[in-house]
Amino acid sequence: MNPPTRLKGGARQERRVPPFHIERARKRALENRMVVGLAGQQNAGKSTVFNMLTGSNQHVANYPGVTVDKKSGVYREDGLKVEIVDLPGTYSLTSFSLEERVGRDFLLSAAPDAVINVVDATQLKRSLYLTFQILEMGFPVVVALNMMDVAAARGLKINLERLSHSLGVDVVPTIGRQGRGREALRDRLREVRKRSGPAAGLMIQYERLEPFIERVEARLETLPDLAARYPIRWLAVKLLEGDNEAEKLIMREANGGAELLADVRGWRREFEAMEGMIPSDVIVLSRDRLAAEIVALCVSDTSTGRTPWSERIDRVVLNRVAAPFFLLAAIYLVYEISIVEGNELTLLTWPVLVWIRNGIASLLPSPALLFDPYTRLLGLWVVDSASALLNYIPIFFILFALIAVLEESGYMARIAFILDRVFHGFGLHGQSTLPFILSGVMAGGCAVPGVMATRAIPDRRSRLGTILTAPFMNCQAKLPLYILLINIFFADHRSWALFFIATVSILLALLVARLLTSTVLRTMETAPFVMELPSYHVPTLKGVLARAGDRTWVYIKKVATIVAAAAVVIFALLQAPGLNAERKLWYEGELDKVRVGFETAIQGTAYESLADGKPLISLLRAFANYEEAVAEAEGPKALEAVQAKFKARYENYYPLLDPGTDEQAAGMRAALKALADRRDELRRDIDEETLTYSFFGRFGRAIVPVTRFAGFDWKTNVALLSSFTARENSVATLGVLYQEGADENQRLEERMRNESRARGITPLHALAVILFFALYPPCLATVIMIKAETASWRWTLFSIVFPIVLGLAVSSLVFSVGRAFSLSGFKMMGIFYLTTLVLALVVGRGGGRRSAPPEEQLTDLSPQSI
Amino acid sequence: MFGNWRHKRGRGRKSRAALLNIKEKPFETCRQRGDVAPKTCCLLADVPPGACCRIRRHRGRGAVRQRLLDLGFVPSAKVRVLRKATLGDPIELLVDDTFVTLRKNEAAQIEVDP
Repeated sequence: MNPPTRLKGGARQERRVPPFHIERARKRALENRMVVGLAGQQNAGKSTVFNMLTGSNQHVANYPGVTVDKKSGVYREDGLKVEIVDLPGTYSLTSFSLEERVGRDFLLSAAPDAVINVVDATQLKRSLYLTFQILEMGFPVVVALNMMDVAAARGLKINLERLSHSLGVDVVPTIGRQGRGREALRDRLREVRKRSGPAAGLMIQYERLEPFIERVEARLETLPDLAARYPIRWLAVKLLEGDNEAEKLIMREANGGAELLADVRGWRREFEAMEGMIPSDVIVLSRDRLAAEIVALCVSDTSTGRTPWSERIDRVVLNRVAAPFFLLAAIYLVYEISIVEGNELTLLTWPVLVWIRNGIASLLPSPALLFDPYTRLLGLWVVDSASALLNYIPIFFILFALIAVLEESGYMARIAFILDRVFHGFGLHGQSTLPFILSGVMAGGCAVPGVMATRAIPDRRSRLGTILTAPFMNCQAKLPLYILLINIFFADHRSWALFFIATVSILLALLVARLLTSTVLRTMETAPFVMELPSYHVPTLKGVLARAGDRTWVYIKKVATIVAAAAVVIFALLQAPGLNAERKLWYEGELDKVRVGFETAIQGTAYESLADGKPLISLLRAFANYEEAVAEAEGPKALEAVQAKFKARYENYYPLLDPGTDEQAAGMRAALKALADRRDELRRDIDEETLTYSFFGRFGRAIVPVTRFAGFDWKTNVALLSSFTARENSVATLGVLYQEGADENQRLEERMRNESRARGITPLHALAVILFFALYPPCLATVIMIKAETASWRWTLFSIVFPIVLGLAVSSLVFSVGRAFSLSGFKMMGIFYLTTLVLALVVGRGGGRRSAPPEEQLTDLSPQSI
Repeated sequence: MFGNWRHKRGRGRKSRAALLNIKEKPFETCRQRGDVAPKTCCLLADVPPGACCRIRRHRGRGAVRQRLLDLGFVPSAKVRVLRKATLGDPIELLVDDTFVTLRKNEAAQIEVDP
């Protein structure tokens, strides 16, 4: 191997390690501990290297004060504890983006013992920019040259020895996805630890800026303390760059900082006047030249002229005409598989949930004739609330797994590319696609993982806009109410109504996003849509399952904690204050009238002991089960099977259930049936009366003066109120409220339809409810997630109040207009749809086409001037 | 292609030819003659798909500029415009070996030479 030629751009030199590094390192050495930062660009496979090094021993938190994931993991080796901290994926270490600031602050404040720089071997040149910057900060660096397999497949040959020699640091080839290179990396870390003295490494030279850097360095040296705590050369370069955070640091940490900054500004101007370029451009160009030089030295490309696979695929998939069809096909497939197959799976898992529910029910105090103990009611309420949500787990898992496939394969970035123009028109970002899809674009999703996924959006304004509008999507829990209302009021136009709901929520969400981003979010920081399209990868099973598992687990955790806790509160609001003693007595008196009949009927028979208490309750339960089983049994054979089963189980009193030809038993059975029916009836009345006079019931009635403009009566109000914790509650509450006719075994749909007709409720009323529900504030679990993601109570509160106001306004408008022109609900639906569609088209076309700002005469960057 | 309607000024014909051209040629970053940007172009946003150009300078400042520089849009770097999205915006570019997407707004901040 020939010794590498000396690089023109950078000279190797001994570097001064800031004393603070040494101090901390010494302390850690005593504790037999080592902290290692993991830095690298997005898409360099940083997380695979992280997983490879730390295994399952990981911990995810936020960096202090910001919602940027801080992943850390630990591995132990011969008593040495190595903590790996995953820095945010960044291209650079400037102060322009939150991620970069976070990564930089970590390096400065935690002063890791070493930094592993994960470098994408297929993107060596561009990756080196970051490597230079880390070296400049004075850390011992180990380069993990990742994706060596992909590089080899592309025909890239990288001379590792030369690369290592050029950079002056260790270079370890790795294939993170296959877990290769782990031992070598760990070896190098051990060596770095043993090495004492200043860290070696390439020190980049900035050509004609160098004299200026020296000047600033000399000034910095004179400031007490600073030199001991920060890498001086790095700080000098940053100051010449005009880096905001570095300037703030100087003002904060050093006496006489203001003078220094004034001097630096003067020098910057001097340099500009002299060279015709601003220092930061010289810095970038020097880095670029040095990187190009190193690549030319170390990489030989044997693939001349071969089109990369990714590009070949994109020629078809991103073809201007064909792209939307591929996109639709992909989204259709995701929903088809997750909803249809997921539903199949829920058929298998539902019995498990029922089994658990029954298990818990048997542990709770047993029911009474009329007034079940509160502990039982509450226990079952919580279990039912949770299991309604847990029932979706199979669907979510499949949905999340498929979305993970889209992400890992690289297609998700392409979706953002295709749709960015649409989203941009509404003030959002191409990367808002994923949160919207997760939240349920067509139907079925959940806003909790949706809101969580907004982390990937680099643009703060778009991110908040997405957080605030993703809950408008049709999450799984909204569907039952929609389907109920459609079946009752739009039965003749079912598919149109479904289409309306599925698409109008997207239009509304986009319009609201536009409204918000051009008003309250106007002043927020935005970021350009500059995105790297990663090469296509075949997703790994492990990666997909891990991502899907993570997101599902977040969902389960929310359900298990927040929703269960909130269910208790809602229960109280729906039950308290409860019936007074007088009413209770009245109900019991009513039941006793029938019970006396049954008591007389069984007097003197073998069943006398069943007249009251627990035996009576279990008899009534057996009776109800028997009636139900008989009603469900089809054909004489099935009937016989049912009878045999019950005969075996309830030997003692089977004749009461099925008297056969025994006349006396038939009489007793009739009395029992009368008792059972009357009990059911009374219990329903009690439920309704309790709900009517509960806090929610009262509140629902109290706000009728406001909601009447939208056509909501108090029952609708109560149903909508109770769905705040979880939207599926709406249908359950309506079930309690619409009781009449329940004894004729009518379904809820029929009962509601009959009563609605009687009270003059029209499809127009239903449309108003649907629209309000589409704009409904996020459920409690989502609210918690919004709090976590925005880190602000103000925005969290806004996310609740704003949709209520907006929803009421929209529903009232639609209802009042429809009423004024006596339009039917279906017509009004059409009118509303067309209006939103036109509005969306107009707004969306106008929004993205902001004219470019006027040309600023900045410094010329033409190559001749360098 | 139908997305060119917003960019008239008589360049529609040329870009179509360039688009057809690229499919038959082997994949080269930017070497052939004939696939360079028309002389009239001076902003990256106006370079038709299939054509190549050289970055002259950035008009933008701050975060956008930094991000573009990080991605390799440095002066004198060669860039090939690969395609536009279905609605005409954003565009996909090839810089060095990196595939990058940009909105026209940002691309209009970059001056290029043919």
